[in-house]
This record gives sequence, structure tokens and C-alpha cells, in this order.
Amino acid sequence: MYVAVKGGDAAISNAHQLLADRRRGDRSVPALRLDQIVEQLALGVDRVMAEGSLYDRELAALAIAQARGDMIEAIFLVRAYRTTLPRFGYTLPIDTAAMQVERRVSATYKDLPGGQLLGPTFDYTHRLLDPEIATGTPVAEPERREAEAGWMPRVSEILAHEGLIESDGELPEDHVTGDLTREPVEFPLERDLRLQALSRGDEGFLLALAYSTQRGYGRSHPFVGEVRIGEVEVEIDVPELPFAVPLGRIRVTECQMVNQFKGSAKVPPQFTRGYGLVFGQSERKAMAMSLCDRALRAREFGEDVVAPAQDEEFVISHSDNVQATGFVEHLKLPHYVDFQAELGLVRGMRAEHEARKRGDDQETREAAE
Amino acid sequence: MKTDRRQEREEAAGRKAAMAALSHAPGERLKALWVQAGLPRDAQKLRGPETGLVTVRGRIGGGGAPFNFGEATVTRATVRVEGGAVGHAYALGRDKEKALLSAIADALWQDASRRAEIEACIIEPLRAEQTTADETRRAETAATKVDFFTMVRGED
Repeated sequence: MYVAVKGGDAAISNAHQLLADRRRGDRSVPALRLDQIVEQLALGVDRVMAEGSLYDRELAALAIAQARGDMIEAIFLVRAYRTTLPRFGYTLPIDTAAMQVERRVSATYKDLPGGQLLGPTFDYTHRLLDPEIATGTPVAEPERREAEAGWMPRVSEILAHEGLIESDGELPEDHVTGDLTREPVEFPLERDLRLQALSRGDEGFLLALAYSTQRGYGRSHPFVGEVRIGEVEVEIDVPELPFAVPLGRIRVTECQMVNQFKGSAKVPPQFTRGYGLVFGQSERKAMAMSLCDRALRAREFGEDVVAPAQDEEFVISHSDNVQATGFVEHLKLPHYVDFQAELGLVRGMRAEHEARKRGDDQETREAAE
Repeated sequence: MKTDRRQEREEAAGRKAAMAALSHAPGERLKALWVQAGLPRDAQKLRGPETGLVTVRGRIGGGGAPFNFGEATVTRATVRVEGGAVGHAYALGRDKEKALLSAIADALWQDASRRAEIEACIIEPLRAEQTTADETRRAETAATKVDFFTMVRGED
């Protein structure tokens, strides 16, 4: 007999009301405005945009407020929202060489064209808590200096002149750019799909995997060729206009990781590359992404796949934190019937076990007598 | 014939530049300029304003094969203004009024007798503000440029 059990409507509704109350918190404290979140928790907003895979600051800020600052919940909200919108198409690929650069550093070349621009970085801070932020002390305007005009080439273009580095990743002419939001993922993947998955992947997961490659689990001898952060133009081709329509700008972080490669039967020794490209200002994520990208190219270079970070199916299947949280968190939902079945099973096994033990004891006693 | 094509190209470039200034503009700023210029807000809406998604593409390694790296909200509108010109607008974000005004601006821009007005009252101020904002940002970034120097130790 199967008896369906219903209930909990009132409990659920009251729980959500309680959630709304706790989200608002102490009413004597002013409510957060979305523009405050956008302006002052900007990197949190960037993370929600990157992993929610939707560039819209106000929506990401709303999601953060609604999720009470729970980033993965906020990412989940953004992912759910995006499914409600119609799709207008694919943009032209952004040109990161034409970026309005806000930060650009290279660990491989000291004097590269355009120079080392630190931008608004946490690097070289002493990581001491600053009580002035707590008291709301006014903040001075930033310094300015005349900017040098001139092209700021990607570092990969500099090395390319010597032929010591592989070119930007090309795919066959007839390759149709994959889109994991449209078709189910089937392994093995082309690099374009892997990069799409990594770009929206969980920062913590990718960071841990990237770290594992540095500690020897799929060593790849990396150098940061370049990290650049800034705004790029986005354009789209539409049938109604004879030119690509400018949509505005988005801020992205790009990382060019350069990796030593000892060469193989087919390829001479050279530098290979891992690539990271992420929405917003998100250097840690872009760097982790580029390390994972390179590790996942193991098969392409004939390297042994011996470490988790090199295992495409493992990495890509577990990089999405919305999927991961969905499956882990579903465990807390009612499993009463499943558990009753298991309980019956374990009781049966226990009875068998005890009967067997009694039988064994009796045999031993008889033998002794 | 040749000059015709050149003129067409130039016109397309001018229109694209105007659309760029509109799409980059903060919605509030465009609305304020619109009111200040006393431009018409009435137009026949042919499509939208409506919000949807575009999938943003990058290139592997920066310059290689394209890949999809995320989506962005975009709002678009298409209108017809008095005189029959059809204007289009696309911009990142979800500001429907901005899209509507931008589409009207695009339609009016195509009318040779109104182009100068649209350029002077809307496009040029927006472009000037964007240029200033970009220059400020560039100057702030430039101030964080590392000037390397060599330390000479001991006597030479």
C-alpha cells in the first residue's frame, strides 16, 4: 500500500515570512539599497555575474540581497532568472587587446609595452583590518597621471614573434562554437565548451584544482604571462542593420598563463598556454581558470592524465556550483519512504547476522563438548 | 557611383557611432538630455522595448577560435517616427525607456533635417561625457603604473 502524505503548507509559508524578516534584520538599521551593493560590494556582484553567467549588475545585487549574502544561492537565483528571458543571439567575440585597461600586470616581462599597471588591487596591502572603514572616514580622490597613448598588446603577441609559444587556440574552420546552455554536455569536449564551463564554474572548486596542479598533481610549470582587467566593447550582428550594433561595454578579467612544455614527437619544445576569461574583476578566478584550462589540455599534448585537474569529465561535471548544491542539498528534503525501505533492509540484515552468529556460537560449543 | 558608396559607408559609420554613444549612456542622463532638448517622445512602437539575453563570446587565448563565456541582459526597441523613418536601439541592461528614446534618436538621426539637432543635443554631450570619464579612468590607472629603477650598490 502506498500512502501519499501532504502537509506543511502553513509551515512553509510561515518559514518564508520568517526568512523575509531575518533578511531585513533589525529595522533600526537602514535597509541596503541595490546601488550600495553594486558600488561597495562590487567584487561580490562580479562573482555572482560570473558564476550566474549573466552580466547585469543590478540583478546580481538584487540576488545578493535576496540571498542574504549567500553567494551560491544568489548565483542560483540569477541562473533561474536567465531562463525566463528570450535570446537575441550571439555577440561578436570581444577584443581584449582593445580593452580600456584598468589593471594589467605581467610576471614574465618587466618592461612590456604599456607597462605594469597595478590598478585597484589588493596586492601589496598588508591585510590589516582598517578601522577607518568601520567609521566611514571620507576617502580621498585617486591620484591621476597623464596616460600614455598607445597600443597595449597582449603578452602572447610579444612571445609569438620568437615562435617560442603556441598560437591562440584555433579550432577547425568548420567547427561550430559549442554552447552548453543549448545542448547537453558530451565528453570528450572541445576546448571552447570547456572554457565556457570553466568561466561559469565555481571559483573555490577551480581554485582548489589550480592549487593542486601547483602542488604536483599534474604539474604544468606556470607563469602569469599577463592578467588584464578592464572594459571591452560588445557588438552584435542583427539582420535589421548593415553593421554590427554596439551594445555597450562590460568589464572582464583575462589571464594568459604561460606554461613550459618540453615538447613531444610532433611538437618542438615551446611554451604552451592556458586561458582564463571571466566577467567582472575576478583575478583569482581567471588565474584558476587558466591553470585548469592548461591542465585539461593534457591529452592534446600527449601528457599522462594522472591528476584530478587533468580529468575533463571529473572537472567539468563538478565545476558548476548550482548543479552541485542542488544535488547535495536535495538530501535534506524528505526521504521518509526511501529511508523506511533502507531501515527494513538493515533490520533484515541485522537479524540474519545475529542468527548466523548464534549458529556459529552453537557450533563452537558443540565442537568443544 | 563610387562616391555614393563612400557616402553610404560614411553614413553607416556615423549612425553606428551615434548608436554607440546612446548604448553607452546612463539611462538617466539620456532622459535628462531628451527633456532638455524638448525632443518628441511619441513614436509608433514596432517592436519592444523588450529585454532579452545575448550570449557573449570571447576568443580562445584572446585571438583564437570563439567560445561562449556568458550571457548579458540586453534591451532593444524599434520605432517608426513621423516621416516614416525606422529607428533601432540595442543596449546592455534592462532600461526600457532608454531603449525607446535611443530608437527614436536613431530614427530622427536618419532624417537629414534633424540629424544636426540630434547630434548637438544628444550624441555630442553623451560622447563628450564618455570621453571625459574614460580619460579620468585612464589617468587614474596611469598613476598606478610601476616605474622601475635600478639600485646601485657599493662604489663604482
